[in-house]
Amino acid sequence: MDILYLLVPLSVVLVLLIGALFWWSLSSGQFDDVEEAGRRILEDDD
Amino acid sequence: MSQETYNYRVVRQFAVMTVIWGIVGMLVGVIIAAQLAFPALNLDIPWLTYGRLRPLHTNAVIFAFGGSALFATSYYVVQRTCHTPLFAPALAGFTFWGWQLVIVLAAVTLPLGITSGKEYAELEWPIDLLIAVVWVSYAVVFFGTLVKRRVSHIYVANWFFGAFILTVALLHIVNSAAVPVTFWKSYSAYAGVQDAMVQWWYGHNAVGFFLTAGFLGMMYYFIPKQAERPVYSYRLSIVHFWALIFTYMWAGPHHLHYTALPDWAQSIGMLFSLVLLAPSWGGMINGIMTLSGAWHKLRSDPILKFLIVSLSFYGMSTFEGPMMSIKTVNALSHYTDWTVGHVHSGALGWVGLVSMGSIYFLVPKVYGLKQMYSTRLIELHFWIATVGIVLYIAAMWIAGVMQGLMWRAVNADGTLTYTFVESVKATYPYYMIRLLGGTLYLGGMFVMLYNVMKTIGQGNAVDAPVVKPAASPAFAHA
Repeated sequence: MDILYLLVPLSVVLVLLIGALFWWSLSSGQFDDVEEAGRRILEDDD
Repeated sequence: MSQETYNYRVVRQFAVMTVIWGIVGMLVGVIIAAQLAFPALNLDIPWLTYGRLRPLHTNAVIFAFGGSALFATSYYVVQRTCHTPLFAPALAGFTFWGWQLVIVLAAVTLPLGITSGKEYAELEWPIDLLIAVVWVSYAVVFFGTLVKRRVSHIYVANWFFGAFILTVALLHIVNSAAVPVTFWKSYSAYAGVQDAMVQWWYGHNAVGFFLTAGFLGMMYYFIPKQAERPVYSYRLSIVHFWALIFTYMWAGPHHLHYTALPDWAQSIGMLFSLVLLAPSWGGMINGIMTLSGAWHKLRSDPILKFLIVSLSFYGMSTFEGPMMSIKTVNALSHYTDWTVGHVHSGALGWVGLVSMGSIYFLVPKVYGLKQMYSTRLIELHFWIATVGIVLYIAAMWIAGVMQGLMWRAVNADGTLTYTFVESVKATYPYYMIRLLGGTLYLGGMFVMLYNVMKTIGQGNAVDAPVVKPAASPAFAHA
């Protein structure tokens, strides 16, 4: 199963990437006001 | 000073082609369903044989119909929720024509028998390269639009669309790696069981990110909009997103139970598939409960019926999938028509209905109208489609379990009770019922085409002015 030497590192890199993205979204205030975030798309005047 | 407008042109193009390719892809599906019941329908013409039309059907419904629906909705949603027109409009235009070219090339090469032989990735290497170019352009347009957003918060639907775009790029590039021999023939870069592992790593993640994450993005925008209520729990939608993308990657080996793949890899695939039940059902409940306190809207609004019933099928098939990934269940279900039933419960029920509902919402908006030409025709479409799905999947469930039981039946002396052809003969009535179900579903698409054409005839192709984001401290751009 040599292919796992490609697929497993690929997944690990991906998970690290997703982790970094999650960290960014937490620290940049993406989830600070989740109630307003849901309501907001309705106040769009379309 | 002329007012800035959203780029609806590319949305309109993809929305109309969603309906057109839906009809084409489903028509081919009905033809091959008829061929299974009446093999003479291949007319002894090689280009029309089942083996060549089947990949044409899957490519057309997944990538032409589903793909166009995803392009249309993601371009619409990202602009509206970011309060800005698309980044690089010329490149967005290129993604439309490039994607159409890919589809036309698929429709020519597959019947000619030009194929790499990889399921859901049959197209040969020159087309694969074109797909990669179009897809990277799509990513540039989408993420460029996110970057120039005028609100700091990125709405949850965009997270799903973004994950879908990035992952599909990665899956496509890794799985399509091949050594070209001639212009229309290549061999996979991987061999034997390694190739099988890459193929199903691709194949199942394509289900997870193309057919699930992308359409969940649709769900999280169009259900709240159509119901005129915020999503039931925005918190849960965030948990849903991160849980789904962290756990999806390793479900693929469940396609290779009892093969040359090492046992432990099969078991990991089964384990991850079972884990997926949790985020999937979290998302389904979140979508359906958005109607909490407004259930009456389901009675009168056929677009909501499309969207909510699609989630019911999403819930059914994401329960059925993990169950079928259990090795003992798979021993019965694999290679039978149960798999076909499962796939279509997800494809017709979830992907199809949520796309149709979203397109019905979107078409009037991008043609400057309040609503579709006829609400009654939407209602009619909904019922034809739903009855079609139920006939289709119920027939395939019964046929599949019957085939599995017939194939494993042994006499006291250890010989097989049934020959294979006896199971084919016993399946005949179910092939007929499936054909009927598929025909109904296709009929619904013609109703949709008529309704969409009438709507376009009433409206004008107008690009709405960009809406200024409402002032709110938490949402001011940092």
